[in-house]
Amino acid sequence: MATPMALQIGFFYFFAGLAIVCAIMMVVARSVVHSAIYLIGALLATAGIYLQLRAEFLFIVQVILYVGGIMVLFVFVIMLVNLDVAARQRQFSKQLWLALLLAVVLGGQLLLMAHIDAPIFNSTGVPQSLPPNTAEVATSLFQTYMLPFEIASIMLLVAMVGAVLMAKRRDA
Amino acid sequence: MSHETLNAIMPYFLPVFYGIVIVLVLPLLAGYIVLLERKVMADMQARLGPMRVGPHGLLQPIADALKLLIKEDIIPEKADKLIFLLAPLISVTMALLAYAALPFGPVFQIADLDIGLLFILAISSLGVYGIVLGGWASNSHFSLLGAMRSAAQLVSYETAAGLALISALLLGGSLSMKSLVEAQDQAGAWFIFFAPCGFFIYLVASIAETNRAPFDLPEAESELVAGYMTEYSGFRWSLYFLAEYANMIVVAGIATTLFLGGWLRPFASFHGHILGTGVEILDIFPALLFLGICGYCFWRAPRQPVPIQKLVMVLVGGLFLVLAVVMFGSLFVPVAMPGIHGAFWFLAKVLTYLYGFLWFRFTFPRYRFDQLMKLGWQFLIPLALANVMGVGVAQILRQQLGWNAFAAFGLTLLATIGVAAWLVTLNDRRDRDQAAAAAAAASAPAGGD
Repeated sequence: MATPMALQIGFFYFFAGLAIVCAIMMVVARSVVHSAIYLIGALLATAGIYLQLRAEFLFIVQVILYVGGIMVLFVFVIMLVNLDVAARQRQFSKQLWLALLLAVVLGGQLLLMAHIDAPIFNSTGVPQSLPPNTAEVATSLFQTYMLPFEIASIMLLVAMVGAVLMAKRRDA
Repeated sequence: MSHETLNAIMPYFLPVFYGIVIVLVLPLLAGYIVLLERKVMADMQARLGPMRVGPHGLLQPIADALKLLIKEDIIPEKADKLIFLLAPLISVTMALLAYAALPFGPVFQIADLDIGLLFILAISSLGVYGIVLGGWASNSHFSLLGAMRSAAQLVSYETAAGLALISALLLGGSLSMKSLVEAQDQAGAWFIFFAPCGFFIYLVASIAETNRAPFDLPEAESELVAGYMTEYSGFRWSLYFLAEYANMIVVAGIATTLFLGGWLRPFASFHGHILGTGVEILDIFPALLFLGICGYCFWRAPRQPVPIQKLVMVLVGGLFLVLAVVMFGSLFVPVAMPGIHGAFWFLAKVLTYLYGFLWFRFTFPRYRFDQLMKLGWQFLIPLALANVMGVGVAQILRQQLGWNAFAAFGLTLLATIGVAAWLVTLNDRRDRDQAAAAAAAASAPAGGD
């Protein structure tokens, strides 16, 4: 079932706009919990863009891992730690000019790329009806790129065990 | 409306219709599960339970819903207003959204997603935000403690539940809920017989995930008043309640689909026909069951104390008569038969699973929080890992080496039980060592090292 092009573009601008608004609000919000909620919104909007690109598996992994797992821990820690002290201090750093300069440089680069018509800006668009591709993700992860995938997994495991060990040592 | 637009709209019509049916029926179903819970609890405690509103309390859920609707809605003065109002909505929306991928029957499913199971897991893991944010926004210590317990509990038990579900995925070879049931049809047996340990782990983990007793620490009434719901009242409180019961049905639906054969009839591969007709003998059971309930209602009706209750009892009997006629009549309509009977068996299995929830609630006392964490991290997760490996090995033995299914999965079961016994002794010894160390530290002279 092909979705009309206008609807596609509409979805994209909706999710992209939502992500940008949430990201800005996350930085601007005064309360830390509000910031966390806006971050959740930004992550969900990004997941929406994945879905619009027909990357179902990526979409669901984004929701499960980032929104359902990592952000729950974030919120948990925010509530666990007493943030009243931090909230009373000055929240915004004074590196305004540096930040502004960086933003101008990055924006200029983006405009330049658009101006010289870099290939990234005129891709052929989303394939209209991609078959369900979860099985293909599995094939490439567990067959084509088996070794790099396993190495990455073991590295993450080592990092996790190391973190637990270091936390334990400070405890004792 | 032109023919073309009609054709473009039609594929969306049935899912929208199913969605509306689910949203309308679910609160009613949740209300009657509450009544069932109170009745079962009363029975196990040798009481009668609700008896006044309608015969045997049959109209109690409706009276309760009306009472909740007209109760005063209180918002604490120092609460974070917006989040306080939003939190119950998050809970209930996520609980309802999960139904989009749940297959009630071969046709009665809103969407057969390629990632169906992951979708349900993802959506129900978002439901915790309703609890956590509600507890935080209430600006009350009891609520905050309940919310934090809930977050810790959910994150801990999601791992065990996910690993338990993987054992069924290995057997079914798909993430789509529909293909998982079809795989069980082809295998000729429900996956619970192949991976009973996976089912057991999911049963325990799903009780913890839905915050039900004996794992109801987020709302432990003897310690935290009502946990994260302490400051909520009236309709918002009932939204949390609805979300809890909707989530219970979702986890029961997941277990039914993955381990109990979904909409398949028990003995689905037995096709004994009644002489001279195309009707299978076992398909008559639902009609007979409803007919029996109908007869019981009619028999009890004259024995009700008040005339209006007699009338209600007769009406309930009539309702079951209609259901019996539908179940029996659909046997002769090949188009409607799989859908209607599939939904019956699915709901029957879901209710059986939920009866297990109630049974646990009235049997086990509440766990302490450290016991809950120990059970999750030191027993269920290692056991689930062993179970996944065992089922994987059994699949290889069966498919690559041509082993008999009984031998392969029997061996896996024995190995997993062995791991469970080893874990129990290991945890016991560690507990004893810790207790001994604590006792030694306590008896040591103060200041000494």
